[in-house]
Amino acid sequence: MEVSKEYAVQMHGITKLFGTFRALDNVNLDVKKGSIHAILGENGAGKSTLMNVLYGLYQADAGEIYLNGEKVVIKNPNVAIEHGIGMVHQHFMLVDNFTVTQNIILGTEVTSRFGVLDMKKAREEILNIVKKYGLEVDPDAKIEDISVGMQQRVEILKALYRGAEILILDEPTAVLTPQEIEELISIMHSLIEDGKTIIIITHKLKEIKASSDVCTIIRRGQYIDTVPVADVDEEELATKMVGHAVKLVVDKTPAKPGDVVFEIDHLTVKDDRGLEAVKDLSLKVRKGEIVGIAGVDGNGQKELVEAITCLTRSESGTIKINGTEIQNTTPRNVIEHKVSTIHEDRQRRGLVLPFTVAENMVIEKYRTPEFKRHGMQNREKAQEYTKKLIQDYDIRPAGCENQPVRGLSGGNQQKVIIAREVSNDPDLLIAVQPTRGLDVGAIEYVHKTLVRERDAGKAILLISLELDEVMNVSDTIDVIYDGTIVAEYKQGEVDENTIGLLMAGGKQNENAVQNT
Amino acid sequence: MKMLSKILKKQITSTIIALLFGFLVAAIVLAIAGYNPGQAFGALFKGMLSKPKYISNVIIKATPIILTGLSVAFAFKTGLFNIGAEGQYVAGSIAAVLVGVKLNLPAVIQVPLVVLAGVLGGMVFGSVVGFLKAKFGIHEVITSIMLNWISLYLSNFIVSSQAYHLPNSTSTYPVNESSYTMILPKWKTSDAGMAALKPNKWLYEMMLKTDVNVGIVIAILMAVVIWVLLYRSNKGYELRAVGFNRDAAEFAGINVNRNIVQAMLIAGALSGLAGALSITGIAPHKISTLAAFENYGFNGLSVAMIAGSSPIGCVFAGLLFGGLLYGGQSVQQEVGAPTEIINIMIGTIVFFVALTKVVPALAERLEKRGVGHAQ
Repeated sequence: MEVSKEYAVQMHGITKLFGTFRALDNVNLDVKKGSIHAILGENGAGKSTLMNVLYGLYQADAGEIYLNGEKVVIKNPNVAIEHGIGMVHQHFMLVDNFTVTQNIILGTEVTSRFGVLDMKKAREEILNIVKKYGLEVDPDAKIEDISVGMQQRVEILKALYRGAEILILDEPTAVLTPQEIEELISIMHSLIEDGKTIIIITHKLKEIKASSDVCTIIRRGQYIDTVPVADVDEEELATKMVGHAVKLVVDKTPAKPGDVVFEIDHLTVKDDRGLEAVKDLSLKVRKGEIVGIAGVDGNGQKELVEAITCLTRSESGTIKINGTEIQNTTPRNVIEHKVSTIHEDRQRRGLVLPFTVAENMVIEKYRTPEFKRHGMQNREKAQEYTKKLIQDYDIRPAGCENQPVRGLSGGNQQKVIIAREVSNDPDLLIAVQPTRGLDVGAIEYVHKTLVRERDAGKAILLISLELDEVMNVSDTIDVIYDGTIVAEYKQGEVDENTIGLLMAGGKQNENAVQNT
Repeated sequence: MKMLSKILKKQITSTIIALLFGFLVAAIVLAIAGYNPGQAFGALFKGMLSKPKYISNVIIKATPIILTGLSVAFAFKTGLFNIGAEGQYVAGSIAAVLVGVKLNLPAVIQVPLVVLAGVLGGMVFGSVVGFLKAKFGIHEVITSIMLNWISLYLSNFIVSSQAYHLPNSTSTYPVNESSYTMILPKWKTSDAGMAALKPNKWLYEMMLKTDVNVGIVIAILMAVVIWVLLYRSNKGYELRAVGFNRDAAEFAGINVNRNIVQAMLIAGALSGLAGALSITGIAPHKISTLAAFENYGFNGLSVAMIAGSSPIGCVFAGLLFGGLLYGGQSVQQEVGAPTEIINIMIGTIVFFVALTKVVPALAERLEKRGVGHAQ
């Protein structure tokens, strides 16, 4: 494409090598001024790498960058900022015990004479930006006291405060609730009206449809296509992204629930600060049924999982698996009672990253007679066992049993955990955010696995912040708000809006069906 | 090019490069100070290797620091920083003296008892650190530094106590001879022994002029035991899992606190063993009033660092370190350069080992450049 002033950003023929690996191979990107341009691709497709090249974090091995029709060389982020490029990273870079204002001005402090901080002036400038774009946020609140959605606004403010005309948002919706996502999209639109340009990195198709004008698709470092969003539907986008047709809706037959396997009765759990995070919560999971818990982050899901897995104390109430109470025992006891958990934080709780795949596979089994021999590890057995799981679960690269799990992609790391937990042959499988950070292909795989296990007669408890996921996969949908289950529906009996409202603390629909 | 970058990525290569840099910096320092580096290094290596007596002394010098190095390396592999090896070493030597002076049993019983007492002494100091970390979350560096001082003053207290103080000296009574772990200490000085050794000049010099003891055998054995424990046993699997990622280990049903205490217990035992073997194997077989630490434990930190926390690597790093320490004395004698030069060299080596993370990065760059050329 020709270089023109109409375009805020043009990246032509960008190639980036990591060692011999081609992270980007001759990728083109042309972003019109005043538009919202989505970059779509699976994990590891090169979206973030491309943006890091634009932001000066990486240097391209080949290719040119033009801003407003002029060729530029962006050596480092400071140069990018000078050129009016701002980036909001997926993981926020904020100082927790600083206020919003302090965070925003950090590095570009306004000083009066004698080098004294002029907080008043800074605060005013920030309030101006806040008003202009409807980015409501309290400039005096501390970061640790505000929600994730607010923190993201602070990041956006930070970029705008530095005079950003081109804003890069890296997976901005990964941590937001449906309502917060809507608000973000409206903020994005008000920025566009003011003539800003936004590049949004994402693998969520729905949000692209809702927010963007144009979408560029990248697959395995290759430029695939650039399409006007209005002209394509989600299925087409998914197909372009993955390279083959994918099913976005989970394929499953109606559940045939059996006996109650897992039962929580009037459970109360306190959080780290000693406040009640789970309040008098009750729920049941039956054999051959997927119960999904929908809720906004921070409504007790974390503490609920920690209480079930005995990482934290339950204050009162009981947790029963097959009739045996397991609350306030040990994580090991829970595992031995045939409860398997796919933890949301796979790198912190799920895996020992420097361990090999085989070592990770046996982390709950190394102590069983099958895998030990006179106090020594039965390494051959572990190898053999892992090889089989690698094959069964298509973990890539094949033959990775002796490689550190750190080297695997996020999706494959998750497969390692899923393979491990499912192969425990549990009575109850708890899946917490099992598809977090995974791409469409991998998500499809995880969902299929959950349904397959359900059909094999397992009880499954799915806890997710992705409302779509809960709605799609679960047979029974519970809504958690403020530490308690506020409503329960059968799949298909309820729409997304009702659940969304309940998740945000809205009144329960009078027609809600109580199944407990 | 590919070959080269592959070699550069090996840890041993980094260590060797660090060693070379250490020598290079020491050479510069020597030259600035007005000494001939070649001559000084010549004296250093001659002082390490030129006589059987020297070699034997290097080994003797290396034995305790191989063990304290193992102690630090082992703790490190389980996610703990055992800066308390020094205190555990002292605790081990105290315990060995306490038992060795009071008891006088046949050597077959006495030696194991005295050595075990030392091991226990180190274990007690180690496990206190582990317990405080597991129970109250107090960082092991804080507690073990405190315990280092406690052990130093405890040692001085024992020296000055009535029951152990050797009159008109600054030390305790030596442990009874039945506690000695030298190789055939009596026989070698007897007429028959001397006659038997005479034909072999090497053995004769080694045996008679130095405290040849079984310590090195035990140290090497322990290196193997620790390797097996860490990499082949179920316990080691648990310990490493806790070391790498406590949260994941806890979630998988591994008792994190118990493993922390056990790890410190074993680390303490290794340092205590070093202390006990020094008492039983090297003259003067007693403890003296300490004005400052003797650095057996702190040198263990450097050994573990040079070895990259590899148990087997500790043996070689310990020997190298012992050699530098011992050979350094010759530099002073022959060239007149202060032993501090040797300390600077050791410091530089450790410093460059710490920096060697740069080497694999350089290798990466080299690889990339190779790709560029290929195009």
